Amino acid sequence: MAKRIDVSGLSAFYGTHKAIDDISMTVEPRSVTAFIGPSGCGKSTFLRTLNRMHEVTPGGRVEGKVMLDDENLYGQGVDPVAVRRTVGMVFQRPNPFPTMSIFDNVAAGLRLNGSYKKSELNDVVERSLKGANLWNEVKDRLNKPGSGLSGGQQQRLCIARAIAVEPQVLLMDEPCSALDPISTLAIEDLIGELKERFTIVIVTHNMQQAARVSDRTAFFNLAAVGQPGKLVEIDDTDRIFSNPSVQATEDYISGRFG
Amino acid sequence: MSHALQDPRPVKPRSSAPSSLTRGGLPRWAPAAIAALSALLGAGIGAVAGLESRMQWGLIAALLFVGITYTASSVVENRRQAKDRVATSLVWVCFLLAVVPLLSLLGVTIARGIKVLDGYFLSHSMAGVAGFAPGGGVYHALLGTIEQVLLATAIAAPIGLLTAVYLVEYGRGRLAKAVTFFVDVMTGIPSIVAGLFILTTWTLMLEQGPSGFAGSLALSILMMPVVVRSTEEMLKLVPNELREASLALGVPKWRTILKVVLPTAIGGISTGVMLAVARIAGETAPIMLLVFGNPLINDNPFEGAQSSLPLYIWEQYKVGSEDSFDRAWAAALVLIAFVMILNLVARGIARWKAPKTGR
Repeated sequence: MAKRIDVSGLSAFYGTHKAIDDISMTVEPRSVTAFIGPSGCGKSTFLRTLNRMHEVTPGGRVEGKVMLDDENLYGQGVDPVAVRRTVGMVFQRPNPFPTMSIFDNVAAGLRLNGSYKKSELNDVVERSLKGANLWNEVKDRLNKPGSGLSGGQQQRLCIARAIAVEPQVLLMDEPCSALDPISTLAIEDLIGELKERFTIVIVTHNMQQAARVSDRTAFFNLAAVGQPGKLVEIDDTDRIFSNPSVQATEDYISGRFG
Repeated sequence: MSHALQDPRPVKPRSSAPSSLTRGGLPRWAPAAIAALSALLGAGIGAVAGLESRMQWGLIAALLFVGITYTASSVVENRRQAKDRVATSLVWVCFLLAVVPLLSLLGVTIARGIKVLDGYFLSHSMAGVAGFAPGGGVYHALLGTIEQVLLATAIAAPIGLLTAVYLVEYGRGRLAKAVTFFVDVMTGIPSIVAGLFILTTWTLMLEQGPSGFAGSLALSILMMPVVVRSTEEMLKLVPNELREASLALGVPKWRTILKVVLPTAIGGISTGVMLAVARIAGETAPIMLLVFGNPLINDNPFEGAQSSLPLYIWEQYKVGSEDSFDRAWAAALVLIAFVMILNLVARGIARWKAPKTGR
């Protein structure tokens, strides 16, 4: 069920400001790809172009192609709602719906889309919460509000919510930056399990994290403040962290700048 | 870095104080004592000078309180403490100035209104009761107010809600700016102008007779901008992350608004609607023009003249007899109670619907 992403010549704009310039890369199915780079270099913007969330921002505009297997996400007549059902997303800050219980949060995707069978709902919620390694912690309080959980639990709840709609690809925008080391470890373990079923793309500021969880790593950089961000290189994580082919990557990883 | 910890300035030896950290201080009961003293002095000065008004006594006492506090504190403590105490007492004085009129209004209304307020008053109209005679009741006016307010809310709340949703979720560019501008202008419309507008369109141009519905139309014009404004503020408070979380699940925008944004803000929205209701429940001018007033029970708001509480109060006051004054006060008490019950209901809804944080 996981799909390959093939990006070619993609640029994204905020109004007239070009945020990322001419990016091309391939993301293999059932793998974890990490995006690293200094703040403001367009990692998150690029991530959001992969499920058409970029255009939700006022003035957001995209040029170029994103192929999901053999379908162009920016082709004629493509429904962004359908794209987002196929490419799920987890955000930097845990954002469970405050009016809903834990159960309702996980069921939200199915319920709000209106396409579900009542009998399946319990199974889906249990399966998703187990998939997010949260089931044992919350199984006795599924009717309590989701905002009562700890930050790490909330983030896993958000992951459960995202995988409940059975996407092909899971995008994660710095999913651990608001969490403590133990919760981070839990999420990293989870990413390792999830890549059996999904194509995962993760943005992170933590280079050790990129080295731990990802199969491939992409390094983004920008020439100067106000200039659009660019993809410097993408390669196997081992190579990026041991013997990168571009000097800028080595400088960034070894902490010589940024 | 360790050198930064050493303070190069010499420490002045303090001979007077046993420790450099303790200072002289007023005892804990000092503010209360000063308050009592200044109240006594204020009353004394007022009585000696022959000032009639209790407000003048109170103002003198308030000024004395601030003055004595400052002097006592500067003598016993220091200037910083004195300024702190003056600021604190100014806040207290302002609080009292705000609360005293409210309490006295409530007190007078309850004291004078309770005289004739009973089951009979609430369940009878003014049918067959001469204006100056005792008896009669407020039932027809209460019924009229409830019906008119409900109708006005039924018109204004959906339109206002949808306008606010448009402005916050969809509005871009010129149209949104124009809508915002006109909502601002509408907020400032005097109620008599709204009444005259409906009078020219509904009553004169369409040749309709006076009715509760005509009044509701004018009230809904007054209510709409208040609903738009408060709903807009509440929708803006809903974090964008929740909208994005829902959109990223592949939920269409309209469903996101309906199922995520509105439920999150529903507490505040209902409070805003209730406050708008409270505002229009006390309107008199459009009711005089459009509903006309009626001493009899008319439970059909679409046909014939009705009454309403503010109009009833005005009519009874105009009659000018002892009994009609009593009825006016009692009706005022009913109106205040009506608005207060609405507010309590709104708070209840807001608390019940508010996002839960419990474990």
